[in-house]
Amino acid sequence: VSVPARVVTLLVAFALVTLGAVYVVAHFVVGNLPTVDYSHAASGGVVNVVLQEDPQNDSSSRPDWVSYFVMKPGANPGLQSSWVHTTLFSVPANTRVNMTILGYDGCTPPRNNFWTQVQGTMGGVMAFQQFKDTNKPMGPVHVTPTLNGWAHCAVGHTFAIPSLHLFVPVASPDASASLCSSSPCVAGPFALQKFSFMTPPHGGEFRWQCFVPCGGGYVDGNGGPMQTLGYMTGQMTVVGS
Amino acid sequence: MSHSAAAGASGDTRHGLRIFLIWLPLAIIADLLIWFVWYPHLPPGRMSDQAQGQQFDIAVMAVLAAPVLLFVWVYFAYALVVWRRRPGDDEDGPPIHSNTRVQATWITATAVIVLGLFVFGTVQLIVPAGAGAGEGPSPTWVPNTNNTLQVQVIGQQWAFTYRFPQFGGMETTQLLLPMGEEVRFNVTSLDVIHSFWAYQLGVKADANPGVNNVAFAKPQQLGSFTVRCNELCGIWHGAMFNYGRVVTPAAFQVWARGLQLREARDGLLRDLPPYALTYDPTVIPQLGKDIVKVAGITGANGYYYPSQLQSGDPGDPVSP
Repeated sequence: VSVPARVVTLLVAFALVTLGAVYVVAHFVVGNLPTVDYSHAASGGVVNVVLQEDPQNDSSSRPDWVSYFVMKPGANPGLQSSWVHTTLFSVPANTRVNMTILGYDGCTPPRNNFWTQVQGTMGGVMAFQQFKDTNKPMGPVHVTPTLNGWAHCAVGHTFAIPSLHLFVPVASPDASASLCSSSPCVAGPFALQKFSFMTPPHGGEFRWQCFVPCGGGYVDGNGGPMQTLGYMTGQMTVVGS
Repeated sequence: MSHSAAAGASGDTRHGLRIFLIWLPLAIIADLLIWFVWYPHLPPGRMSDQAQGQQFDIAVMAVLAAPVLLFVWVYFAYALVVWRRRPGDDEDGPPIHSNTRVQATWITATAVIVLGLFVFGTVQLIVPAGAGAGEGPSPTWVPNTNNTLQVQVIGQQWAFTYRFPQFGGMETTQLLLPMGEEVRFNVTSLDVIHSFWAYQLGVKADANPGVNNVAFAKPQQLGSFTVRCNELCGIWHGAMFNYGRVVTPAAFQVWARGLQLREARDGLLRDLPPYALTYDPTVIPQLGKDIVKVAGITGANGYYYPSQLQSGDPGDPVSP
């Protein structure tokens, strides 16, 4: 075999290996998880972010783990097309985030009931209301600094940004009803929850997570969605001005 | 003794003396610099008795190691300069004979250094009070006082929380400690293995589920310190850190009492489990059967997920 042929073969093989490595890094490590951009959705120093957390079901969340979804800014929460299966979202710096979480998953007791204390929100409280089904409230709006996940079947997950000292239990819907079976959920019992917090004055990446070990089928619930971006953990990107 | 052997011996003596005279001032200078210049800046600092002890240990090790290192370097440089091959010199080197004095000196010196470090290291590892390391559930080396602040460190994916049994069992994500008071850390975990590493305090203790690992520290300086998990524990292990603060005893009392009152007012103290040295990571015995009755909706049957849960199994939340 001639020298030029050997050189060409070597270069082609090198290029293939390099491309393969880049593909693996881009596809499996970095992933193609979309980021929902709320950084341009703020008005008057306030931005409204809407999430939902869903039970394990056999719909669009693959694998069939419990999962958060992020709504597109200003979209209609009653349409499945409004929801993005991701846990990445961006918000502007030094802005009040009015967070709304639609809790469609049933209750699971937190392993550490400390996480049922609301921390880091404006006023140190959150408000929630349970719905038997869409537009059918089961009771009044509760404003509370704690939501005991052991005494009542009332906590499904948590939303926490530890580096901002933000820890909020996420309420679950009425335990006697059948849960939504198709993600992203737009019908079925849910808990509507609201709280507010301030983003830091400078940009940065802030991980958020659930503190209820909800990885069904994994040892002590620690694996699966707990360890995977796009399910029960994610990142909030704070965009500096 | 032959003429050549006698010449070689006298030559070795001169070389040895030269090497010694070069090495000695360098070693003295290096040790003085280490002790008086570097020592105060060595990690982990002097924020606690334990950190101070570790800093002292590192300084002693450095003072002992520097002359040995310098001797190797000086000998190496001397050999390169003095015993290098000269142009046109094609002769073999002289035959090497053993030198009893050199051998005895080498063996004695290294034995003294190694055995000395063994004794020094062993003593320093356990004095004072475990040197900041986790001593397990029944610590052998404890502070010489009964007046210790109890702090329970609970590791969980991916945050540390702290319980203060002397303040009603209140729990918080913040760690404040009073200066000058002995602190007993009871370190445990609720899920996987973590490691509580309060760097500037010189404290590092594994956090194992179902195990109480005890470590001690006595803060000596005001200021902040870093708490970091030192055991790979999942996707956010790298983000599992926060900062603690050493404050005056008065400020600590104000903070702790205030937090206890707030948690009592909010009902959190009532909702927390009774203080215990460990917590079962798989079962919450405080829960009754109410949760269990709601099969198919809790996703956990009121407890936690069995590791081999299959679709269709009783309790499988996917099942209708």
